[in-house]
Amino acid sequence: MSSAAGSRQVVGVGLAVLAAAGGLVACSPSGGDDGSTSGASQAAGGGTYTIWDPYPQYDAGSAWVKLLETCGAQAGVKVERTGYDTSDLTNKALLAAQQDNSPDVLIVDNPVVSTLAEAGVLTTTEENKLDVSSIAPNLLAAGQSGGKTYGVPIGANTLALYYNKDVLKRAGVDIAAVKDWASLTAALEKVKAAGKKGITFSAIGTEEGSFQFLPWFWGSGANLTKLDSPEGVSAVTLWSDWLKKGYAPNSVIGNTQTTSWQEFAGGEFAFAENGTWQLANAGKTGFAYGVIPIPAKDGGTAPAPTGGEFVSMPVQSDTGRYATSQKLVTCLTSGENSLTTTTTLSYVAPTEQVQARQVEQNPELKVWVEAVKAAKGRTSDDLGTKYPKISEPMWGAVQAALSGSKPPQEAMAAAQAAAASAIQ
Amino acid sequence: MQTSVRPAAATPGVRRAARGRSGQWAAWAFLAPVVLYLLVFYAYPLYRNVELSLRNYTVRSFVQGDAPFAGFGNYAKVFADATFGPALWHTVVFTLVSLAFQFTIGLALALFFSKSFRLSATLRALFLVPWLLPLIVSASTWSWMLNSDSGVVNAALGWLGIGPVNWLTSPDWALWSVIIANIWIGIPFNLVVLYSGLQAIPAAVYEAAALDGANGWQRFWRVTFPLLRPVSAITILLGLVYTLKVFDIIWIMTKGGPSGASTTFATWSYRLGFGNLVPSFGPGAAVGNLLIVMALVFGLVYIRVQRRQALT
Repeated sequence: MSSAAGSRQVVGVGLAVLAAAGGLVACSPSGGDDGSTSGASQAAGGGTYTIWDPYPQYDAGSAWVKLLETCGAQAGVKVERTGYDTSDLTNKALLAAQQDNSPDVLIVDNPVVSTLAEAGVLTTTEENKLDVSSIAPNLLAAGQSGGKTYGVPIGANTLALYYNKDVLKRAGVDIAAVKDWASLTAALEKVKAAGKKGITFSAIGTEEGSFQFLPWFWGSGANLTKLDSPEGVSAVTLWSDWLKKGYAPNSVIGNTQTTSWQEFAGGEFAFAENGTWQLANAGKTGFAYGVIPIPAKDGGTAPAPTGGEFVSMPVQSDTGRYATSQKLVTCLTSGENSLTTTTTLSYVAPTEQVQARQVEQNPELKVWVEAVKAAKGRTSDDLGTKYPKISEPMWGAVQAALSGSKPPQEAMAAAQAAAASAIQ
Repeated sequence: MQTSVRPAAATPGVRRAARGRSGQWAAWAFLAPVVLYLLVFYAYPLYRNVELSLRNYTVRSFVQGDAPFAGFGNYAKVFADATFGPALWHTVVFTLVSLAFQFTIGLALALFFSKSFRLSATLRALFLVPWLLPLIVSASTWSWMLNSDSGVVNAALGWLGIGPVNWLTSPDWALWSVIIANIWIGIPFNLVVLYSGLQAIPAAVYEAAALDGANGWQRFWRVTFPLLRPVSAITILLGLVYTLKVFDIIWIMTKGGPSGASTTFATWSYRLGFGNLVPSFGPGAAVGNLLIVMALVFGLVYIRVQRRQALT
């Protein structure tokens, strides 16, 4: 190989690296004032309204998409729906807003609402005239910041403890006696003594890990504004003690909620912290199971974080579109349709009336409805976009404590320092 | 990447063939596609990434496109971050250890297969499997195998009487686990390139060496190794560039955890830009640019070495 050809190749290679390593630039360039793209997409048909949702698992033939089409027909427009992966949708929505090319209706995960609201992407309920009066306040709070509301929860899910009846029976544990942390730990001890495995959860180093840790954190009485309070430290200590004593497997540090569920479905575990969305799978495990709300430190139900999406209406340059979009959103979220929507997506409804009817139809949902009533939005307490900056150090601290690289007190103190400097 | 450069390399010949002004225009016309391609897909993204790293982006200013110029503020922030030191160290360890093992094992296998024997072609093909598998498949498989409680590796160690190792969840082991997986994935590439390099060494040289009484060890160090040097250099450079930016394997296996124990620049950059509900594009792009600079430095070192070799 001659040296000239060699160095040319290297330049080629170098450029390829630049392109690969520079992958961040996927973000598009054009300034916010470029209206041409939106004009093209919105002018098409005049009566076409776009909806983006994070449910790629539902295809064109699914009940969810049919519901969207029905709502479109009622509003007299054609609905064009695209399903994105949840983790993709935030950046997609930001990029679309940058190019003034936002969808008419955007369904996003609730903690993202405050981020998009801060970016100025979403309309408030004052602008879009959505009626949120019947929505449970604890669910609506995730979509509120600075006294304004940026969307309607389509439904909610949350976390609770699934338990394996067979395992508990063999270990001689009465589930009715599990009321607080001490009695839960005592139950885990008995299960371990009986040769079975205690509890599985997800403490992965992503938002999912924080989501799973929050019921224990809040259940201790701690507040997200002070991670290293004695209460907060006690929650981390609870988890790390479980690992040390072998009540929970070491794999929880890398578990997603799905892998954690697979461990539980294996039939060896007594308890699993998991969500409403696993109900359908719970029936397929082949063993008898039950569900209890996650206990708080000194008894009672711990507030678990709410999951589930908000239906929002992004800002449009053509404000005349809001009226029809509002009809579409109302169709998806009110009264009779809310029952259909939440059943389709297997969520707990955001209004008390519909919740009552859901329990009537399916008594299994009762414990979930209670859990949702006690639940709390991650971005609530007016934390808004501060939440992600607290959440990241928090999941890091949990991982540090569980993997033994730092003791709980030290880990939470470091997390608090990191969160405090990130918020500034 | 090579094909994209080749048309450019061919154009001087074209220019020489057709003289005069029209020839000039024709030359530029031939150049235009590749220049346009390079500008759109290489130069512009690179420029944008640099620009992104020099501005203070919030979600709001990202949407409205009015992010204030921050100079090297993002870089200062990244350098001062508690993650910087460990991430740099992990990146260096990950890259160097991976390269050393990939190259050594790849070379050993290439020498082994250069002696044709029955089924050697089949065996060689089998060694290519790691290269053919999608990374998501191989990384997921590794993470199942290395699972603390239900992984096959710990089960095997258990039979040998060795206690379970928390491969992916212990801060002492996580980095080594992803390195092991990455070595496995990188061996086929080294094997293939070095094998073809070995084929290019004329058999006559070996015959002469054998006649002079060189034994196998001497033949390797005095004949094979020096003659393979140009191929080795490009293999290592490509491997370096490829390993520096490895992201998928680490992200799928450990997410850079537990609590940052296997975070490299590549995963850190992603986490900053996309791994949080509120993205920090500026610092994320800054870390990405640091990676680019690292790769570029080694590219330049390579060119220098090549020039010196050409001169001697």
